[in-house]
Amino acid sequence: MRRMLAQGSWLAGTACAAFTTCRNDPDGDQIRGVCEAARTRNSRGTQKVQGIPRDPRKLATTDGTVSTLLNTVISGRGRAALILMGSYGSIQALISRNHTVPLVHKEEFMAKVAVIGVGQSAFVRAYPGSIRELAFEAYREAMKDAGLKSDQIDASVVCSAPEYDKQRTPAGLMAEYLGLNPQPTFYVESVCSSSSSGLRTGYALIASGLHDVVLVLGFQKMSEITSAESQERMGRGADIQWEAPFGTMMPAYYAMYARGHFEKFGTTEEDLALIRVKSSTYGQINEKAVFRKSLTLEKIMEPKYIATPLKMFDCCANADGASCLILASEEKAKDLVQKPVWITGLGMATAPINMAGRDSFSGLKCAQLAAKRAYDMAGIKPSDVDVAEVHDCFTIAEMMAYEDLGFAEAGQGKELIRNKETYKEGKIPVNVDGGLLSKGHPIGATGGSQIRTIVLQLRGEAGEMQVPNAKIGLVHNIGGVGIYGNVSIFAAD
Amino acid sequence: MGFEQFGILSFTGSTKTEQFVDFLKGNELRGTVCKECGARFFPPRSDCSVCLSDQMDWFPIAGEGTLITFTTANFAPAGFEKDVPYTLGVAEFADGVKVFGRLDKSFAPDAVAVGMKVKVRVIDLGSDRFSYELVPAR
Repeated sequence: MRRMLAQGSWLAGTACAAFTTCRNDPDGDQIRGVCEAARTRNSRGTQKVQGIPRDPRKLATTDGTVSTLLNTVISGRGRAALILMGSYGSIQALISRNHTVPLVHKEEFMAKVAVIGVGQSAFVRAYPGSIRELAFEAYREAMKDAGLKSDQIDASVVCSAPEYDKQRTPAGLMAEYLGLNPQPTFYVESVCSSSSSGLRTGYALIASGLHDVVLVLGFQKMSEITSAESQERMGRGADIQWEAPFGTMMPAYYAMYARGHFEKFGTTEEDLALIRVKSSTYGQINEKAVFRKSLTLEKIMEPKYIATPLKMFDCCANADGASCLILASEEKAKDLVQKPVWITGLGMATAPINMAGRDSFSGLKCAQLAAKRAYDMAGIKPSDVDVAEVHDCFTIAEMMAYEDLGFAEAGQGKELIRNKETYKEGKIPVNVDGGLLSKGHPIGATGGSQIRTIVLQLRGEAGEMQVPNAKIGLVHNIGGVGIYGNVSIFAAD
Repeated sequence: MGFEQFGILSFTGSTKTEQFVDFLKGNELRGTVCKECGARFFPPRSDCSVCLSDQMDWFPIAGEGTLITFTTANFAPAGFEKDVPYTLGVAEFADGVKVFGRLDKSFAPDAVAVGMKVKVRVIDLGSDRFSYELVPAR
């Protein structure tokens, strides 16, 4: 307990003082005061209180042991998340008198975590090398970006979708090749959103105080198997027991969402084609994109249906690629780099893997819930976002993202693209690096690539793609057909 | 032989719900309903995620459902290439039970529409394999 206090921030001290006062304050007014102050800040809307029990008397139903208290209420994500104030005796006294237990305003003890380095390989149809060499391209760029040597990385998180790899347990392989032995490493997977889940994991490793600098590597070499094999394996990212026996694949699944959106909101194939026109506009200027050709609306509208109503150009291409992010604690970030980009909001949610479990086919519930959580944590609204990267594995996925993220009301996403509001000059620029549709979608590398784009935007280093004066950026990264939704929010220093 | 008899190509050999295939052989599509709390599941489950019970009954999915979305696939994953084009869809039946599956090929492609009434038909795929599909209700 003493050690926890020693690690804690001033807040632990504040709370401690409050408890001390409480011992001489049988009515607990001061304690209530601490809590009310936190609640008041919350009611003003920008900050979130967590951990304050709504009904403190519930705590009194336990035997009041310290461990029960810890498990019940005293948790959080910050470095000083475990705030145990005063002595065992004083806590018991508090409970027995039904006083509010003063858990501290979350934001104030939430550790700050920054992205301090980003890297990405070129995304290509068939990488002429092995997975370790592909990964090294992103790693080299990120390490040079942050100006680090391998012994400054405390741990690595390796992200991909394993069905493409012949290599078993790739984290061990990567850690060796990147020069990250003997530091801890492990593997994180949520198919197409694997490296956003890696970001979430890395954040937790740092915010917990376990590590100071964590590397998140995403990679995928999809070219070693044929497109049909790839579709079959991708299709097995859905329910293999009940759905795959019908011959399922990703385009067909997203096509059912497109049909649902069309029926409910009157969205058209041309609306989706406009999203691809935007994508190709920016894909042409992204030197790391796999598809850099200009595309006209007429070309995109050619009736080459993959799965109705989705046509060839509504679908992103498979690619080989790698991405790398370096995350650091506040202290390290300020020490190591000039322009840290802060992770201010992380939301993740899930939805049933099978289609029979979905309550709607016009939006992704996991994305809506993840967005709400991310906005709440960051204390911002959708209109505060200056630039966004969304998971446009299919054009319909970007259309739904506009609505699921609150950039448009449900059904109004089509107006955003018709009015070019998601272009660089528009109200909310989206995928101005070409998105997955142009960059290609090397499953495990995609989230890291999206995050890299946003970090460059917030540093003002996005070159021709730069959105002027971007301060808040958002990444929307979906795994499977809306199984895993990750929404992450970043802010410039 | 058990669950691997379900569908055109099965990826699952062993499941506690393999009786599902026996019902198909008896010309019925069935889901499971929890004996303890009454929760209904399709696809079938052997464990109740609502109340944790493992005591399940089977209930038939019968009557008319409503097609809520569909797509016609012109490309197929490995093992299904010879079937294209085929139409996949989701229909909603009584009590909100949703069923994912293929639509009967006799559907005229232009006639398929969201909101149309469908029912379930069990099909014998030959070679001792069974499945189900959605067919026009009328």
